[in-house]
Amino acid sequence: MNEQPENLRNFTINFGPQHPAAHGVLRLVLELDGEVVERVDPHIGLLHRGTEKLIEQKTYLQAIPYFDRLDYVAPMNQEHAFCLAAEKLLGIEVPRRGQLIRVLYCEIGRILSHLLNVTTQAMDVGALTPPLWGFEEREKLMVFYERASGSRMHAAFFRVGGVHQDLPQKLVDDIEAWCDPFLKVVDDLDRLLTANRIFKQRNVDIGVVPLKEAWEWGFSGVMVRGSGAAWDLRKSQPYECYAEMDFDIPIGKNGDCYDRYLIRMEEMRQSVRIMKQCIQKLNAPEGRGPVVVEDNKVAPPRRGEMKRSMEALIHHFKLYTEGVHVPAGEVYAAVEAPKGEFGVYLVSDGTNKPYKCKIRAPGFAHLQAMDHICRGHLLADVSAILGSLDIVFGEVDR
Amino acid sequence: MDDAKLDALGQTIVSALPGAATGHTVAFNQLTVDVEAVKIVEVVKYLRDDPNCRFVNITDITAVDYPDREKRFDVIYHFLSPTLNTRIRLRAQADETTQVPSLIDVFPGADWFEREAYDLYGVFFVGHPDMRRLLTDYGFEGHPLRKDFPTTGFVEVRYDDQEKRVVYEPVRLNQEFRKFDFLSPWEGADYPLPGDEKAGPKV
Repeated sequence: MNEQPENLRNFTINFGPQHPAAHGVLRLVLELDGEVVERVDPHIGLLHRGTEKLIEQKTYLQAIPYFDRLDYVAPMNQEHAFCLAAEKLLGIEVPRRGQLIRVLYCEIGRILSHLLNVTTQAMDVGALTPPLWGFEEREKLMVFYERASGSRMHAAFFRVGGVHQDLPQKLVDDIEAWCDPFLKVVDDLDRLLTANRIFKQRNVDIGVVPLKEAWEWGFSGVMVRGSGAAWDLRKSQPYECYAEMDFDIPIGKNGDCYDRYLIRMEEMRQSVRIMKQCIQKLNAPEGRGPVVVEDNKVAPPRRGEMKRSMEALIHHFKLYTEGVHVPAGEVYAAVEAPKGEFGVYLVSDGTNKPYKCKIRAPGFAHLQAMDHICRGHLLADVSAILGSLDIVFGEVDR
Repeated sequence: MDDAKLDALGQTIVSALPGAATGHTVAFNQLTVDVEAVKIVEVVKYLRDDPNCRFVNITDITAVDYPDREKRFDVIYHFLSPTLNTRIRLRAQADETTQVPSLIDVFPGADWFEREAYDLYGVFFVGHPDMRRLLTDYGFEGHPLRKDFPTTGFVEVRYDDQEKRVVYEPVRLNQEFRKFDFLSPWEGADYPLPGDEKAGPKV
């Protein structure tokens, strides 16, 4: 057995674009030395649709549905960032009930996303039951989406200045009734995974990111919290009515895949806590009222008004043809989306269409560090790391 | 952070970097600092290391295209300081030939953002070790987010059953791409209004 060293060469394999653990259309070119990963070259853009270019051609209202299709696991959180950016330029404030509904649905989105991530990551490392249990709850949440907006995923529910429609009382009650049983499901998932020997072997000390690196690689959200930074935009730069909500931010110590899993589990519980507070505030007398600003230059008049008032009819016509004129300027607005900081950099030239709308997706920054994180890990760890980065290609490729 | 503090921070940065940072503005409670494109690395190093700034998190790099300007691109950098709990935006002007220094040695996370800006706008970053296209197709030509690039693009792909492969063809549209002018066309549009062509020349 005297093999010539010059005959040895690294093995290059193609992972994806059609691979169940690639979470979409990711193509990874992996250079392997035996089982050890030497280099990772992610090829993205297979789902590139030119969202930013299309938004430049559309009015502000028409741009909103594009945001559902970015991170299609938690659609409303994306719409939120765009609406916040436009509202900042317009200088309007959303009425209280509108804010509460937004926060309520953003937290539903967070649970949707974390449920998908936690359970499919478990599937990537070999467990089959968690996705089955988790998707049952996701389905119920999507029904809440449907009952509010008319569609299970691509809601297009948020508007510049509020949300499209008020929630019926029965829906609010049903969401409230969903909360406590869901906590039991989280506990069940917890019992399945957290202490599971295989799950721990596959995740503990895998994909460790020190905090300094996390910052300089542009990470955000769970990726920096896993590394020990108590950084959450909902707390540190509160938007909407997050400032008055009472919730905790879980942080990790080791910055590995297991810590990130634990954080996501805890965040689901915290989201339920926020949802309960939202519902309580929605049911209180102060929580009644309009859900969208009453300025008819921004938000359309009510249907009933249109039947009687000529002015309302004109407003309606102008809003749905010409759209809102947003004052010139540039803003960056970010929300704490489930996957991290989702930002919209909006440049307006004062017309009815955005001059430029840059979408800053958290997954994009996380995925570029794949090479850095995976080096020296085994081939099987690549899918565990990819799962814990929480990548959705809708937002990475845009 | 309120506007006054942001303004003070902007002044500190501009005075600390003469020749590199040329001015600052505060709008919508956000700080923007104008910088010289060739000195961007110096500015970013200062922002990262100065104890009063600590902008250690790179948020975003992008460009904005203004085709009428001599230097058509604004290269926009966003940074976040978790210590100060504030954001900063750097704006550098560049054109198609300006060689903007890459930030990859200061912030490894600049990697894909710069590749994306190169891919979609054609802003050229020097010092980047791997300046390939990122989002567009293999072998794509042009920079799609430039304002003079048509939304429909130039090529389309389809699977050819005879050749058993995907073929690239020039874009063919059955209906022309519709671009509506909702900005009050009756107030002096510089094109014939739809329907006017039916009237014919008046005798």
